[in-house]
Amino acid sequence: MDFVQNFPFFSILLSLGSGVLTSIMSKRVARLWNMFILIVITVMSAVLFVYLLGVREPYTFMMGHFPAPWGNEIRAGVLEAGMALFFCMIMLLSLIGGQEHLDKEIEDTKINLYYIMVNLLLSSLLALIYTNDLFTAYVFVEINTISACGLIMITQSGRTIEAATRYMIMASLGSGLLLMGLCVLYDITGHLLMSNIKDSVAFVYAQGTYNIPLVASIGMVVVGLAIKSALYPFHTWLPDAYGYSTVSSAAILSSLVSKGYIFLLIKIFFRVVGFEIIVDTRIVNILFVFGLLGMIMGSVNAILENDIRRMIAFSSVAQIGYIYMGFGLGTTMGIVASIFHILSHASTKSLLFVAGVGLTDASGESRKFADLTGSGFRNPMAGIAFTIGACSMVGIPLFSGFISKMQFAEAAVQNSLQKMLPTLICLAVSTVLNAIYFMKTVIRIYTPASKNVKRTQAGEAAIIGVKEHPLYNVALILMILLNVVLGCCSQPIVDWIIDGLAMFG
Amino acid sequence: MSRLLSEEEYRKTKAFKIKRWYRGEKDPYVGAVELKPQKPFTEDINTMKHRVRDEAILKRKIYDIEHNRKLQIFSKFYRAVSVLFVFTLIGILLYMVSYLPPVGNAANPDNNEVATKYIEDAMKDTGAVNIVTGMILDYRAFDTLGESNVLFIATCTVLILLRVDNRSKKEEEEANDRLYEPKNDIILQKVAFFLVPMIIIFGIYVILNGHLSPGGGFSGGAIIGSGLILYVNAFGFKKIERFFTQKTYKWICFAALLFYCLAKTYSFYCGAHHLETGIPLGTPGAILSSGLILPLNICVGMVVACTMYAFYAMFRKGGF
Repeated sequence: MDFVQNFPFFSILLSLGSGVLTSIMSKRVARLWNMFILIVITVMSAVLFVYLLGVREPYTFMMGHFPAPWGNEIRAGVLEAGMALFFCMIMLLSLIGGQEHLDKEIEDTKINLYYIMVNLLLSSLLALIYTNDLFTAYVFVEINTISACGLIMITQSGRTIEAATRYMIMASLGSGLLLMGLCVLYDITGHLLMSNIKDSVAFVYAQGTYNIPLVASIGMVVVGLAIKSALYPFHTWLPDAYGYSTVSSAAILSSLVSKGYIFLLIKIFFRVVGFEIIVDTRIVNILFVFGLLGMIMGSVNAILENDIRRMIAFSSVAQIGYIYMGFGLGTTMGIVASIFHILSHASTKSLLFVAGVGLTDASGESRKFADLTGSGFRNPMAGIAFTIGACSMVGIPLFSGFISKMQFAEAAVQNSLQKMLPTLICLAVSTVLNAIYFMKTVIRIYTPASKNVKRTQAGEAAIIGVKEHPLYNVALILMILLNVVLGCCSQPIVDWIIDGLAMFG
Repeated sequence: MSRLLSEEEYRKTKAFKIKRWYRGEKDPYVGAVELKPQKPFTEDINTMKHRVRDEAILKRKIYDIEHNRKLQIFSKFYRAVSVLFVFTLIGILLYMVSYLPPVGNAANPDNNEVATKYIEDAMKDTGAVNIVTGMILDYRAFDTLGESNVLFIATCTVLILLRVDNRSKKEEEEANDRLYEPKNDIILQKVAFFLVPMIIIFGIYVILNGHLSPGGGFSGGAIIGSGLILYVNAFGFKKIERFFTQKTYKWICFAALLFYCLAKTYSFYCGAHHLETGIPLGTPGAILSSGLILPLNICVGMVVACTMYAFYAMFRKGGF
């Protein structure tokens, strides 16, 4: 066994252990240590990714002395390693971008608790990505939920506590459904290991004895994870949770936490139940309908919003809708488009949140659109970054959003007519709606503030120079770069996703 | 009144005290226990005004009841729809359950090689007589590592929510700590005096025998935690702070979890590379046996006990 193959195991244990270590650290040490650990894990994931691209073979890693059906096991392929690398990068950038706000908004004595949450969140994300065992996945889903809750309520105001309570209730419902689904699945297959379940499910499905429990359990798992990742009718916890928490939390929650659950769902589709069976049970059609609904309704809600942070949050509902719509197409192409959209949305949404907070800072902490007038001039870097993020969300070429929309359209065209037409129509409508609210904001931030506005608190806010906040600007530039790389060099990335999915089966 | 003792000596005997108590002349609680009747709930006019105003603001500003058509429609149909929804879900689940394999049938899918190996080989493989402990701390130790971190992160979240770091607020909380119960309740103290050592010893027994008999870190830790809670209820925070403070809590949790992480990292690494760990399994049934399971049980037990106690202390006064 090559030494590189230890890296998934090292990165999970390292982030778990560093969460524990952080509990005794002071604020400054905790921050430095956390950065150090994140960078180490990013580098490890990158090395593993390059190694796997060379080897082109997934491998399993025994967690303990006992082989798989008895002991625990993790598994790494190209897709997993790439996802881990990407998640680590986004987390690092969101933390750097929101660092000043962390200092401002959190009590000094509680900052190290924030870093505990971040570390354990990272370890749970990595475990969700690498796990090859359904029960391990459930345990780490729990860690993920609780730490996300902590991330929301670390800034203690009425609204964040309310948002955290709401999130806790909805997420517990999701966890409960997921657990019930897994129990039923265990009852009819007798396994918890993904590859073994897949064999037994194929056998059970061919025999037809337990078809009703099988469909019900798939339904419960899918709905549970959909609630946790805020698919449209279950999205009510989302706008408050993303809108009022501190900016790093909002960026991490929107671009990583919900994506972790979606990645788990893809894993369950491909490695647990088998994609043919999922398509055959027609569960994807339900996801398709809700995905389309989410694409439209999320954008409509975002247009009606008068608070920039909540607007960005509602835009997430629409983007999650895109991803589920991709599942709903029921083809591998659709899943590839969805995975690309996970990457594209994660990089763009964290960019938008971090840039948005720069704009509100330049407008006297006000998030109302009226006060944001001309803020693009007051904080030039945030203005540019927000514009690029908005262009990417709308789907302007050169940026990542364009590629994912094109992928969705390509996947739709290869589909049957019943699914092709609604997809294309909804894509078009949703793009126009996206353009309405994002371009409205961009025009707003680049309209010079008139004399009346200047007299208000917002107009008097100091101009924020590029050099004043070096870390913030570096984070923004790196996020923009990531976005442009995703948009301009999409072909290798799409190839990598297709390879990774092929290794899944 | 005694024929043998003088009046003065008689007053010191137990018999006199019992007689006095029996006649209802003296209540032994008076003077010995701080008796503080609970105040009836009254609301002064200012707080009432505040409350009414807040409710009005909530309705008008946050929810905007009059103009919020969505909420109006929602509140009308919410109850009916939710009841309908719940019954549909119950119906679907019951329908599904009737198709599940029957309980206890030998031909069930979950009676497969996995369960068989656990039952047949657990003692040989892990050295633990209690198969369940062998499973959670050796076969599937990675899950349990995650599970103990769930506890850890749950306490951290409670700390975020409830820990009071502001000094003046802390003193206020301290002063209000005994608002609803008497201090130095003799009955409670006497009972706790006998029970607490027994509870804690029993908890330690359950933890140490986790690999031999039913029990283990999670249950033993919960027992110890409840013992600590009883102790603090009877004797107050001053007494418990002689040996258990926030600092102790922090270090115990830290040391236990770090040891757990390191030990398991070592064992996972050796396992994955097919190396010997060099940790002897011992003879099954002896107290010092089953390799890492005993120390891990102790770690889990300490974490669980601290978590239980920390939850209690946080909810009671936001710190300990």
